[in-house]
Amino acid sequence: MQQFEVYKIGPEINLGGINLSFTNSSLFMIISSGLILLLLFFGTKKKSLVPSKIQLITEMSYTFVAKMINDTAGSSAKTFFPFIFTLFMFVLFSNMVGMLPYSFTVTSHIIVTFVLAAFVFVGVTVLGFVKHGIKYLELFVPKGVPIVLLPLIIIIEIISYLSRPVSLSVRLFANMMAGHTMLKVFGGFVISLGLLGGWLPLGFSVALTGLEILVAFLQAYVFAILTCIYLNDALNLHH
Amino acid sequence: MKNICVALCIALTFSVNKVYGSEAGMPQLDPEFWPAQVFWLIITFSVLYLIIWKIFLPKITYSIENRKSRVVNDLDEAQKLKESAEKKLREYNQIIENAKKEAKKIIEESRKKLDQDIENKKHKFNNDMEKELATIEKEIKELKKSSITNISKISAETSSEIIKQLIGTEINKSNVVAIVEDVLKKNVNKHI
Repeated sequence: MQQFEVYKIGPEINLGGINLSFTNSSLFMIISSGLILLLLFFGTKKKSLVPSKIQLITEMSYTFVAKMINDTAGSSAKTFFPFIFTLFMFVLFSNMVGMLPYSFTVTSHIIVTFVLAAFVFVGVTVLGFVKHGIKYLELFVPKGVPIVLLPLIIIIEIISYLSRPVSLSVRLFANMMAGHTMLKVFGGFVISLGLLGGWLPLGFSVALTGLEILVAFLQAYVFAILTCIYLNDALNLHH
Repeated sequence: MKNICVALCIALTFSVNKVYGSEAGMPQLDPEFWPAQVFWLIITFSVLYLIIWKIFLPKITYSIENRKSRVVNDLDEAQKLKESAEKKLREYNQIIENAKKEAKKIIEESRKKLDQDIENKKHKFNNDMEKELATIEKEIKELKKSSITNISKISAETSSEIIKQLIGTEINKSNVVAIVEDVLKKNVNKHI
């Protein structure tokens, strides 16, 4: 579990009795953000008609997110494109940077993913109430349900709505942590079994690394698309 | 499935902890650095968001839109060119068609004219011929007629002269003429 350890770098920053020190977690957040900005900087440097490779990557990620928003939340969600793009890129790069050995995975910490998910949840809820007023509560009343079942359904809907941030954050955090732990366990087996029997876990490790890269991308995608779906609920209110 | 995964990973965590025996529990659940992480996350994410929103996305949008509009424009232009080329081709075909028609018409007209001319000439020639023939015939007829009278006159004179010579007396001229005419009438058709 050493790889999930958070430790402070540099002096302790204390604001009103709260420890806000710069940690390795903060460092890797900044590294991920820096990589994103670097990619975008080089991807938008030339703006040529026939894109270079790096420009192609930038534009592909742009169109990927744009298409995702358009497909799930409709064109009215275009306003939130910058946020969802940032969210997707941040989670993706955090996950990917975490795949490097000796690095730290920002998204393997429940508190980080929970803050992101809670921000999405609060934002979507506020947006829903601003846009539809009290009618936003109709979200909990699905159409075409028999009156007898309605109280039960409403309770279930409310619970499912409230558990959104939890499921969103735990999904990402658990996937990241499980993957990294598995990698570490197999890595440990390689060492403990030595030159004789270490080849099998080494093979597993290699395969798992490939799988983890897939999961890293997939979880960023899932995080972004669920945000889009929640946004769709708030904007369009069809159930 | 997800629950099983989470349970498995937690179980793994504990087992690994037992194996390595380094720390107790998951560092994720240690609240010591929670505020720090939240604080830095908010700062990093906000800065990243602002930079992407204000600086990079407009650039990418511009680039993509630019390309899209360029492609659309090019396609439009190609379409236009194609249309104009097709129009030109149609016009060209039309011109050829017209020229062909014109040529045909001219040929037809000239042929008709020629035919008419020939017909006219033929007609005129025929007319002339007929007229000529008619006059000739008339002349012949006249000639014939005159010759008959001449013959009758000559023969009457000759006959009276012969009779005078033969019998020595003059006989009634009208009698001779009547006889000669009678004979002529009988024989004229035989010879002429």
